[in-house]
Amino acid sequence: MCLSIPSKVVEIDDNNMATVDTMGIKRHVSLDLITDEIKIGDYILIHVGFAMNKIDEEEALQSLEVYREMLEAMEEEERRQVIESDDECDNRTQV
Amino acid sequence: MSELQLKDLYDGFRDPDVIKALAKAITDEAKNLKEPLNIMEVCGGHTHTIMKYGLKQLLPQNIDFIHGPGCPVCIMPKERIDHAIALAQMEDTILLTLGDMIRVPGSKSSLAVERANGCDIRALYSPLDAIKIALENPDKKVVFFAIGFETTTPMTAALLQQVEKQGITNLYFHINHVLVPPAVDAIMAGGQAKINAFIGPAHVSVISGAKIYQPLPEKYGAPVVVSGFEPIDVLQSILMILRQKNEAHCEMEIQYSRSVTLEGNVKAQEIIAKFMEPREHFRWRGIGDIPYSALVLRAQYAAYDAEKIFADMLPTDPIDDHKLCICGTILKGLAKPNDCQVFGTACTPNNPMGSCMVSSEGACNAYYRYGEI
Amino acid sequence: MTSPKQIQLSHGGGGEETNSLIHDLFYHYFSNETLLAAEDAAVLEVKNKIAFTTDSFTVSPIFFKGGNIGKLAIAGTVNDLAMMGAKPLYLSASFMIEEGFPFDDLETIVKAMAEELEHSGAKIVCGDTKVVPRGAVDKIFINTSGIGEIEKEGISANTLQEGDVIIVSGDVGRHGAAILMEREGLGISGDLKSDCATLWPAVQALIDANVSISAMRDATRGGLSAVLNEWAEQSAVCLEIEESNIPVDDAVQGLCELFGFEAFDFANEGTCILAVTEKDAQMALAALHKVEVTKKATIIGQVSRKKEGRVILHSAYGSSRYLDLPKGELLPRIC
Repeated sequence: MCLSIPSKVVEIDDNNMATVDTMGIKRHVSLDLITDEIKIGDYILIHVGFAMNKIDEEEALQSLEVYREMLEAMEEEERRQVIESDDECDNRTQV
Repeated sequence: MSELQLKDLYDGFRDPDVIKALAKAITDEAKNLKEPLNIMEVCGGHTHTIMKYGLKQLLPQNIDFIHGPGCPVCIMPKERIDHAIALAQMEDTILLTLGDMIRVPGSKSSLAVERANGCDIRALYSPLDAIKIALENPDKKVVFFAIGFETTTPMTAALLQQVEKQGITNLYFHINHVLVPPAVDAIMAGGQAKINAFIGPAHVSVISGAKIYQPLPEKYGAPVVVSGFEPIDVLQSILMILRQKNEAHCEMEIQYSRSVTLEGNVKAQEIIAKFMEPREHFRWRGIGDIPYSALVLRAQYAAYDAEKIFADMLPTDPIDDHKLCICGTILKGLAKPNDCQVFGTACTPNNPMGSCMVSSEGACNAYYRYGEI
Repeated sequence: MTSPKQIQLSHGGGGEETNSLIHDLFYHYFSNETLLAAEDAAVLEVKNKIAFTTDSFTVSPIFFKGGNIGKLAIAGTVNDLAMMGAKPLYLSASFMIEEGFPFDDLETIVKAMAEELEHSGAKIVCGDTKVVPRGAVDKIFINTSGIGEIEKEGISANTLQEGDVIIVSGDVGRHGAAILMEREGLGISGDLKSDCATLWPAVQALIDANVSISAMRDATRGGLSAVLNEWAEQSAVCLEIEESNIPVDDAVQGLCELFGFEAFDFANEGTCILAVTEKDAQMALAALHKVEVTKKATIIGQVSRKKEGRVILHSAYGSSRYLDLPKGELLPRIC
């Protein structure tokens, strides 16, 4: 069952258990499989009651930036195509 | 860069405009393909993403998916499911397992049926819940039927570590943890499926590291891209594969960079290695025996090994599937669920003939739930 | 009267203890002329066609965020009447109580029922109380039957027309998700509240605005998926739904992510779905937005003939799939 989802750490107790929040739903998970230092506010992947790893925020933000740039490039391309097809339009009146 | 919000980790990788943009980029890039692209997505979770988000509908005709064996319940042969049933039927026994095992059909029954018949069978969300149950029932035998690929194995190991630490003596383990790379090798050794690229499992890789796929590109001449589970992850991975093909590269790349590294979770790997080792034989449904493809408790932990301790209760003869069930062929990537005669008719999630229809990672289940138009 | 601490078998025996319980608790909170007349049957009068419905409530746990079994027993039956265009008028209430059930809990439940009745103006005019030995029921079961007077005829699952617009009155899946949260053994917590609520005021607003309603149903067991599929089959039409238009609360979404569920398979107890003629769609939204319980109503799709008997879910990026009836027992004892 590979269902693993990103959640935010909101509390850590003395038994190496963390309380995590997934869009308003809270659960307890064990941090026993993690070596990285986990702080409150970190994002982790949870799977069957354990934290599997800490999500690399830099990488996540970089991925999202790549997608944003892709969209911008696409919009630019579409704008260019609209302008070009308009330039070629026979019905355009002379100024 | 702005701060990352939790919602970004979901919505950011499902953005409809980005999906459209990626689909367009894929369509453009695919025009340059010299031969059709047959991508095996190894993991059942990826099959579900592909079906749930209708990704096939966005792709050009020359890209096809070949569904892989990445469903840990689906690949278990019926005799091993019968093991779970036999253990549950023992006197004064509580059988614990993960939810997916409950409705999987064995040769004559299932855990769901046995539970209705009065056996104490419980589905756990987390293996750690087994500890409380064992402590609350000191005069019962509590057996944890452990399933899963590399993603779930460390959690079983962590449970055993706790059991040992706390001196619990009535909790036993039946280990059915399996490994991805030997399964992929076995399928490719069959030589029949025309696979020329792989989408590598997301969360197996978080644990084991992407390093486990490094031999594959050279061995099979097929690029491997390790992908996340969201639709944008999968589409971006396909784009990366296409670019490799068109630029005549063949390597292992990580798309799921926010969670997968080359090394993986070393602590998890160490805890697995402490308690378990590869077993010489393990029969996979549809594929047959794959040596060193599954794990077993190390000899020094034999006192916890249900397969050894209760050996005389457990059936040994291999049991084949119903002759109309083609789960085995589907798991080898040689057929699709809708090729099956009984798909959706005699075989449904409520009345499954094979585990692929009832497991949350089964290809048949994905096709049934997210019916294609 | 000094309240007993627990309900005993004698409270259902028909003797003095039963009378005390009925007078001091049920009559006190449900007070109205007909009920207090205490006859063998309530004598009622209506002017027009009536709608008649019944429902038994076995929800577990009996107290949950956003309500309890009593509130549910009233809202559920009142809503069934409202969904037929009938003004809820008269209800019966039968209680089956387990021996030893705390009196205070019973009072909380009865009080909640009285408060919920105020949202529709309906009255409980007859009832019954049984107390059974420990284990014969799980704490308390309630049955309510209801009579309503039809104010708008013709609302039926069989009469959806091509072009009809599908509206959902609020975000989906909250009741089922809230109940799932409270189930033991899942180890989750959160602020998610059931959407349990009376829908009559919203229906009244639609009737007053003279909206042409083809079909209307509250999305209880089986959620949005069940209603849409029933309509598609019974009217032999296709329902084409825009997935991104279906409103889902963040916490419900979080729960679905955690367990691999879909919000549109979860039950609702205060959310309804309507099919209205295309020309009346904006008018229907305006009417619904004026009422608190349906202020977030939104259009989610339209009826077509594309694939009769099926529901198609369109994604925001160009793919589509069938939305089928939820399969298997998602959650037992949800209402």
